[in-house]
Amino acid sequence: MTIKSLTLPQLFPRPKSSTGIWSWIGTVDHKRIGTLYGITAFIWFIVGGIEALLIRAQLASAENDLIDPETYNQLFTMHGTTMVFLVIMPLSAAFFNWLIPLQIGSRDVAFPRLNAVSFWIFLFGSLIINASWITGNAPNGGWFGYAPNSSTTFNPGMGMTYWVVGLNILGVASIAAGLNFIVTILNMRAPGMSMFKIPIFTWMTLITSILIVLAMPVLAVAGIQLQTDRVYGTLFFDSLGGGDPVMWQHIFWLFGHPEVYILILPAMGIVSEVLPTFARKPLFGYPFVVFAGAVIGFMGWFVWSHHMFTVGLGPAANTAFSISTMLIAVPTGVKIFNWLGTLWGGNIRLNTPMLFSISFIAMFTIGGLSGVMHASPPTDAQQQDTYFVVAHFHYVLVGGALLGIFSGIYFWWPKFTGWFLNEKLGIVNWALMLIGFNFTFAPMHWLGMDGMPRRIYTYAENMGWEGSNLAASIGGMILGLGILVFIINVFYSKMNKQIAGSDPWDGRTLEWSTTSPPPPHDFDVIPQVRYRDDFWFTKYPETISEYFHDDHDQAVPSGAQFDDHDHDPLVVSGGADDHDDDHGHGGIHLPDMSYYPFILAFGIAIFGIGFLTNTYIIGIGAPFFLWGLIGWSMEPVNDPE
Amino acid sequence: MWAFLGSDVMFFGAFIATYLVYRGKSLNGPYPSEILNIPITSVSTFVLLMSSLAMVLGLHYVKEGQKNKGTLWILAVVVLGAVFMGFQFVEFREFAHEGLTPRTNLFGTTFFILTGIHGAHVTIGVIWMAFLAYGSHKGALRSDNALDLEIAGLYWHFVDIVWIVIFTVIYLISANDGPPAGIESILHG
Repeated sequence: MTIKSLTLPQLFPRPKSSTGIWSWIGTVDHKRIGTLYGITAFIWFIVGGIEALLIRAQLASAENDLIDPETYNQLFTMHGTTMVFLVIMPLSAAFFNWLIPLQIGSRDVAFPRLNAVSFWIFLFGSLIINASWITGNAPNGGWFGYAPNSSTTFNPGMGMTYWVVGLNILGVASIAAGLNFIVTILNMRAPGMSMFKIPIFTWMTLITSILIVLAMPVLAVAGIQLQTDRVYGTLFFDSLGGGDPVMWQHIFWLFGHPEVYILILPAMGIVSEVLPTFARKPLFGYPFVVFAGAVIGFMGWFVWSHHMFTVGLGPAANTAFSISTMLIAVPTGVKIFNWLGTLWGGNIRLNTPMLFSISFIAMFTIGGLSGVMHASPPTDAQQQDTYFVVAHFHYVLVGGALLGIFSGIYFWWPKFTGWFLNEKLGIVNWALMLIGFNFTFAPMHWLGMDGMPRRIYTYAENMGWEGSNLAASIGGMILGLGILVFIINVFYSKMNKQIAGSDPWDGRTLEWSTTSPPPPHDFDVIPQVRYRDDFWFTKYPETISEYFHDDHDQAVPSGAQFDDHDHDPLVVSGGADDHDDDHGHGGIHLPDMSYYPFILAFGIAIFGIGFLTNTYIIGIGAPFFLWGLIGWSMEPVNDPE
Repeated sequence: MWAFLGSDVMFFGAFIATYLVYRGKSLNGPYPSEILNIPITSVSTFVLLMSSLAMVLGLHYVKEGQKNKGTLWILAVVVLGAVFMGFQFVEFREFAHEGLTPRTNLFGTTFFILTGIHGAHVTIGVIWMAFLAYGSHKGALRSDNALDLEIAGLYWHFVDIVWIVIFTVIYLISANDGPPAGIESILHG
C-alpha cells in the first residue's frame, strides 16, 4: 500500500542517531520519555524538599526570624505546587510511560509523538513556574491560589501570574498524556489480554488518566479566568464588579479533589503489583480492587465541597458532602483489606520494595482515618486551617503516594536499568524515610488539635508548641537524610553494578518477560495472553489449576488451548499477529524520531513568556507553534525506505 | 477523540457554569437585554448548523471515493465556519462600540471569554478543515483513510453542539436579563 502524502520541506534532517543529546530531544520511545520524566521530576523533588526544609528550619523555634513572612509565603506556595504538579504527577507519569506498554505487551504508546510533546510542555511549564525564583517574585498565594486573594487587587506582584501561566501550560501536558494512556490501554493490548486480564497498575493508570482528562480542563478554566483577570482586567473574581469570592473555590476544588486521587491511585497500583510479587500470591480480590478504584474515580467528583465546610454553604450542602466524603472511605478501605488479604498466608520476602509497600499500607491508613475525621463538618470547623490538616494530607501524600512511588522505584529499577539498587542502602533509605516522616508529621496532629494555624511564619513562645515543632523539624532533616541515602544508593549501585536478569523478583506480569533493560522494541515477539498474571502461569503452569477452578479453565492445564478462541495457538510460535505492519515488511517497525514535538512545546513556552511579559512576545511563539504543528501533521510516522 | 471531547465537555461545562452563576449579577450596564441581537445571531447559528450538514456530506463523498464532491463539501465547511467567525467578529466589534468589553461588567467578562473560547475552537476547526480540503484535493485524503476526516468531523459536530448550548444559555435564556433586582436601591439608596 503506497500512501501518497504531503510533507513540509524539512529545515534539518530527521534525527536518526540513538545516542547524544539530539537523540533525546527527538525521542519518541516511551522508555526514554519515562526516564526524562523521572529525572526531571526528581530534580524538582529535591527543589521542593529544600523548600520544605527551609520551612521547617524557620518553624524549629518560636519567634524565629530566619525567613521573613513574604519569603515564607513563597516557600509554602512553591513547596505545595512543586510537590503536587512537578513531582508526584510526573513521577507517576514516569511509571506510566515506562510500564504501560510493557505491561500490556505493546511496543509503544498509541501516540508516541504526542507523548514526547507532553514531556516537553511539562518541562517548559515547570521551568516557567520556577523561573519566578530567579526574577524574585515567586508565587505566594498558596498552592490552591484562592481568588480574589490571588487577583491583582490583593496580590499585585507577578508571582501568581507565573503560577497561573505555568499551571495552564502543565495542564496541556497532563491532558495530552492522559488521552494517550487511555487510548493506549484500550487499543494496544496484546492479543488475548481482555480488560480483566490487564495488570492492576494498568487499571489504576487508566482510571487516573480518565480523572486527569476530566479534571485538568476544570483547572484550566479556573486558570484562564484568573489569568484573564490578572493580565487583561476581566472581572471573574473582582468583588467590586460583583464577582463571587467562593467561585474560585468551587471550580478549583472540583478539580482539586479528583486531583487527590490522581496523586494516590498510581501509588495504589504500584503497591498492588509489589505485594503479590513478594507474597508469591495473586492479588487478593482483583475485581474488587478494580471496582474500588473505579468507584473512587467516580465518587471523587462528589466530595469537593468538604474543602469548603467553613465557607458557609448551608446545612444541606454540608450534609450531602459530608455523607459522600464518608462513603468514599469505603472503597479505599476495601483496597486496604485486599492488600492485607494478599499478604495473609503469603510466602513473604521482606526486601526494600516490600518494606516500602507495607509501610504505605500503614501510613496511608493513618492518613485515611484522619481524613474521615474531617468529613464531619463540626469537627472540620475545628480543624480547618490548622496543622491537623497538614498532618492529614502529608500522611496521604508522603506516607501514601511517595512511599508507594519509592516502592515502585526499588521494584522496577532492575527492569529500567538492568542492575539492582543496593539492598542494604535501600533498607537504610526506607528506615530513615519512615522514621523521619513520622517524626515530622505525627506531632503536627497534636499541634493542629492544639490550634496551631497553617501558613503562619512564626508563633509565640508561650503557646506550648516549641517541643512538637522542634521534633517535626528534626524529623524533616531525617527524612531529607533518607532521600540523600537514596541518591547515594543510585550512584553507589551504578559503580558497583549487581546485574539483574530479566526476571529478578520472580515477577508476575509481562514486563518481566522481556530483557532488562528492554530493547527499543520491547518485545521480540508480541506475547499471547491467556491468564491474568500470564507470565507467572507461563513459568509455573502447575499452579494454574490452583487458581482457575471452573471447568473451562481446568481443561487448559498447560497452555495447550487458549480461553480466547479468536486466536490460533500456532500464531504464538510464529510471531505477532496483531500488528499489521509486521506482516507487510517482515520486521518490527517503530515510529521514527521527530523534532516537531519539541518545536511545538517550545512555541507554547514562548506563549507563556508572552503572557508574563509582553503580549507581542506571543507573536514570536506563534511561528514555532505552527511550524511544530504543521510539520508534525505532515510528517509521516515512518520515513519511506 | 472521544476521550478528548469528554475533556472538552468539562472545559466548556465549567465556563458555562460560571456564566450561569454570574447571570444577572452585573452591577452596571450594558445588560444582555440592551445589547443582544437575537435575529442576527440566529442567522449565524443557522450558518454554523449548516456547516455540520456539509461536514456529513463531505465525509460521505470522501468515503464513496468521489474526490471532487468531497473536496467541495469540505470546502463548504471551511467557508461556513469562516462566515460564522465573521459574524462573531462583527458582533464583538459592535458590542465594544456600544460599550461592552470584557472589563465592563460580569456579563461582558463571561460573555466574551465563553464565546471567545468557542470562537477559538471554531477557528482551529476551520484551519484543520482547510488542510483536509487541500489534502482531499491533492488526493492524500481518500476513502481508505477517511477516518482522519471522520475524527475532524467529530470535533466539528462537537463544537456545533456546544454552540447550541451557548446560544440557548446566553441568547435565548438571558435575552431579557436587565439589572439585578434591587440594584438601584443598593447603588443609590
